Amino acid sequence: MYATNYHRAFSVADAVRLKGSGDETKYVSGGMTLIPTMKQRLAAPSDLVDLRHVAEMKGITVSGATVRIGAATTHAEVASSAEIKAACPALSHLASLIGDPHVRHMGTVGGSVANNDPAADYPSAMLALGATIVTDRRRIVADDFFTGLFETALHDDEIIVAVEFEAPEKAGYSKFPNPASRYAMTGVFVAKSAGGVRVGVTGAGSDGVFRHSGMEQALAGNFSPDALSGVTTDPADMLSDLHGSAEYRANLVNVMARRAVAAAT
Amino acid sequence: MGVEGIGARVARKEDKRFLTGKGRYTDDMVVPGMKYAAFVRSPHAHAKIKSIDVSAAERMPGVIAVLNGKQMLDDGIGNLICGWMIHSKDGSPMKMGAWRPIAHETVRYVGDAVAVVVADSVGEARDAAEQVVVDYEELPAVTDAATALTAGQPQLHPEAAGNLIYDWAIGTSEAETDAAIAAAAHVTEMTILNNRLAPNPMEPRAALGVYDSAEDHYTCYTTSQNPHVARLVMSAFYNVAPENKLRVIAPDVGGGFGSKIFIYPEEIVCLWASRRAGVPVKWTSDRTEAFLTDAHGRDHRSTVKMAFDKDNRITALKVDTIANFGAYMSLFSSSVPTYLYATLLSGQYAIPAIHANVRAVYTNTTPVDAYRGAGRPEATYLLERTIETAARELGVSPAELRRKNFIRSFPYQTPVIMNYDAGNYEASLEASMKQADWAGFAARKAEAEKRGKKRGIGMSCYIEACGIAPSAAVGSLGAGVGLWESAEVRVNAVGTIEVLTGSHSHGQGHETTFAQLVADRFGVPIDSVSVVHGDTDKVQMGMGTYGSRSGAVGMSAIVKALDKVEAKAKKIAAHLMEADESDIVIENGEAKVAGTDKTVPWFQVALAAYTAHNLPGGMEPGLKEGAFYDPTNFTFPAGCYICEVEIDPETGKTDIIQFVAADDFGNIINPMIVEGQVHGGIAQGIGQALLEGVHYDAQSGQLLTASYMDYAMPRADDLPSFQVSHQNTPCPGNPLGIKGCGEAGAIGSPPALINAITDAIGNNDLSMPATPQKVWAAIHAAH
Ligand SMILES: Cc1cc2nc3c(=O)[nH]c(=O)nc-3n(C[C@H](O)[C@H](O)[C@H](O)COP(=O)(O)OP(=O)(O)OC[C@H]3O[C@@H](n4cnc5c(N)ncnc54)[C@H](O)[C@@H]3O)c2cc1C
Repeated sequence: MYATNYHRAFSVADAVRLKGSGDETKYVSGGMTLIPTMKQRLAAPSDLVDLRHVAEMKGITVSGATVRIGAATTHAEVASSAEIKAACPALSHLASLIGDPHVRHMGTVGGSVANNDPAADYPSAMLALGATIVTDRRRIVADDFFTGLFETALHDDEIIVAVEFEAPEKAGYSKFPNPASRYAMTGVFVAKSAGGVRVGVTGAGSDGVFRHSGMEQALAGNFSPDALSGVTTDPADMLSDLHGSAEYRANLVNVMARRAVAAAT
Repeated sequence: MGVEGIGARVARKEDKRFLTGKGRYTDDMVVPGMKYAAFVRSPHAHAKIKSIDVSAAERMPGVIAVLNGKQMLDDGIGNLICGWMIHSKDGSPMKMGAWRPIAHETVRYVGDAVAVVVADSVGEARDAAEQVVVDYEELPAVTDAATALTAGQPQLHPEAAGNLIYDWAIGTSEAETDAAIAAAAHVTEMTILNNRLAPNPMEPRAALGVYDSAEDHYTCYTTSQNPHVARLVMSAFYNVAPENKLRVIAPDVGGGFGSKIFIYPEEIVCLWASRRAGVPVKWTSDRTEAFLTDAHGRDHRSTVKMAFDKDNRITALKVDTIANFGAYMSLFSSSVPTYLYATLLSGQYAIPAIHANVRAVYTNTTPVDAYRGAGRPEATYLLERTIETAARELGVSPAELRRKNFIRSFPYQTPVIMNYDAGNYEASLEASMKQADWAGFAARKAEAEKRGKKRGIGMSCYIEACGIAPSAAVGSLGAGVGLWESAEVRVNAVGTIEVLTGSHSHGQGHETTFAQLVADRFGVPIDSVSVVHGDTDKVQMGMGTYGSRSGAVGMSAIVKALDKVEAKAKKIAAHLMEADESDIVIENGEAKVAGTDKTVPWFQVALAAYTAHNLPGGMEPGLKEGAFYDPTNFTFPAGCYICEVEIDPETGKTDIIQFVAADDFGNIINPMIVEGQVHGGIAQGIGQALLEGVHYDAQSGQLLTASYMDYAMPRADDLPSFQVSHQNTPCPGNPLGIKGCGEAGAIGSPPALINAITDAIGNNDLSMPATPQKVWAAIHAAH
């Protein structure tokens, strides 16, 4: 790791101000992605602004059907939250599948969403739930937020404060972990709401997380695994690497989607 | 056996310090004035070094020295060597290319060291290492061994034309073997790949070199399985210092699996840099460096023909193997695919004709050497996949085919050097089939099918050679060292005992088992016995721990020393009790005159030896004896492993439903430790079969699996609860009847697993690791 300066922010305003303090300042939340990258000398921020002590960014609130999860909420908190388990058990399930207990107790929703790793779990849920990414200056719908591999609509100094979504009628998440990293080789989140069915797919797409419109249409009329039997996923749109060819991933998308629908509650 | 003696499940004495974080590893060592090394490593798989500019690095904060390979050469530091001479079929010696600790002309794999920075802190050393500017002229690279042998490929070393290190053969003549195959009723032919593995001990390698200019003396703390061999090699071949001026200490070592047998550039560089820079120099590998530079294991490509007569008896076996050695010949690399591999190709079977040919090949990859099992897993995988396939082709049960071909009378001379001394293969086969409820498999398969799962069962009957090895025998086969072991037993004046052993414990639990041996002999508590190892200044010359040799060879040396101590103690006790020496028995912590109630406590015998007030006439004071034990043969642990799997056809994911291991390890000192060794070995074997595999980019030679993001290690939830049992036949070749258990798990398990998976999916064309993607593709190819 290169030498770096550490700053602790106590409010969102504080954090944005501190972001201007160094040559190349970065926000750090759980540090579960950023710190290993720094240790490997692949990132060299001059300054870090720690977001984990910002009260406005913490906690889970459910009011009516609206669920709000502070960006600094850890995966473990999401996995064990009674409110989330009641409002959207599929999301608690998703959080419980991330990494290992260490990672879940450090890593945060905001960090995961901001990082938009093509194999991360949360982005699929954000897309499928039609979530809104609430930042220090605006509200961005998930469809506009994830713009490509590790790319988002965030401006350089913009902070995710929370994510919000309406509790779905039913939702399910099914993940096939990469045998080495245990990130998603393919993860499919399906959510059924009054507005229809949305399907978010992570780990598989060559452009990162995506919505599977073929599946959404098929499930809209018939929310059952069988409805997906005629739906295909084009390998040409899939990632291909050591662990999974495009054909294999295309198959996993279909299999995980069926299982997510079957598991949806 | 008593509660602490031979055969008792004594909890490991060393675990208190390991489990409470009080272990003392090389990286924990702190000496005054210590500085840190960082290596500049080649980013290219093959390149000429045109120039190295260190000026910017030298100006970085905290930098003490930036050193290069030319300076090392000028200081007379020798080449790294391979210590086992293999001669090709044509009689020519193996073609060993030069391996410089720091390359100064050519780099041959990604990670090859080109310079070293010594600085005040690790961070500063690394910062400065990034400022070293190396001008490379890139050369084409080759990573696959079979490809490297073909015309027009990059040439790694001028000494090895066509990248061929040796072309060696063993066994029955090729003509005779071919004739037997031609006359066969059935021939099973296969191409077998044994995947390359990264060893991944929990503790990465580390070295601390301390040069004392006043005494012109060096101390090297290092992560070694064999500190005396390290001293010998560093002294005799690398010219670091004469042996009496070089102390090597291997303190607690967190796993080795073979990878810490070898002498690597880094420890030599730390010692040399300590003298050049005038400061103690420490280097600790990070995980990426470990993936890049720890000697890898396996990487064989073989073709095999197994011939049968009309009664399904094996009449001949012909094997042609290409072994990838990587960029340089590591310390024992040459012996692995020859005398540790091809000599085991008879397996548990009576095969009248065996011919094996092995070609060793340079490629632009990390050097390859012994890794848990070293050659024997490769032999077992090849044989057990082939006989299983033969059973399927012949339409007979795999157990029956094996049974029909088992060796049943001992000693048995194979066509490939080994002379098996004892064994009962039928016993482990029966035990494991019973334990696994083989007979009930069909019903379980049918039930799984109802759930949409493909269920399969597979077995593997392995044999291995441990207790390496008779020195004269290995010497005649090319070994540069003897493979005996040493021990010294020191009884202190108050009766406590220290055992100084040339074996080295890095996870095996010697501090417990060796103490049990002594406790058993004299009936003293094991807490009064300490085991000392891992320091060339404390312990007499020894050969270290690998090849499951510490029980069969290391403990045999202790037994010899104990015999001498006991004999002298009896003389003293007889003198004290005015009895006849032959009437003395030592047990339960006292010396007794048999048939009387006369006793002397053990501590008084010891005290008498040291006060020397009342010793038999002419006897030297003291109670301390040493011994060297040279084995008379290898030992031959064997067993049968059965694995049952269930596969999700939609994803290709394999779940291991049960894993049964029935082993014959000879006599056992501590069953709990033995079971632990088997568990760990099976976990590693499952890792190889299901998860692990080193991958290089074929064009660029870049290591694609350089972190745990891409290299899959087995985790607890990948593994079932193992069912382990023993059907022991004592080893006739050593005083304790021990065969050895350290590698069996890793040797026996991969073929059992792959046989089970291929049974489940109905497609035999599957290579390790059987990842979900590969199994899924194989299922689809089959239907
Ligand atoms: C061993 C291991 C296993 C893992 N397994 C999984 C897995 O199975 N599935 C999975 O999805 N993930 C996995 N992860 C990643 C983990 O979930 C991370 O926690 C997550 O990707 C990043 O969250 P973080 O809070 O740690 O972010 P950090 O590492 O602190 O930050 C990541 C990036 O986001 C930016 N950032 C952080 N917070 C904000 C914010 N509020 N606003 C704007 N930008 C912000 C940072 O500047 C940085 O660029 C794993 C990580 C590890 C180490």
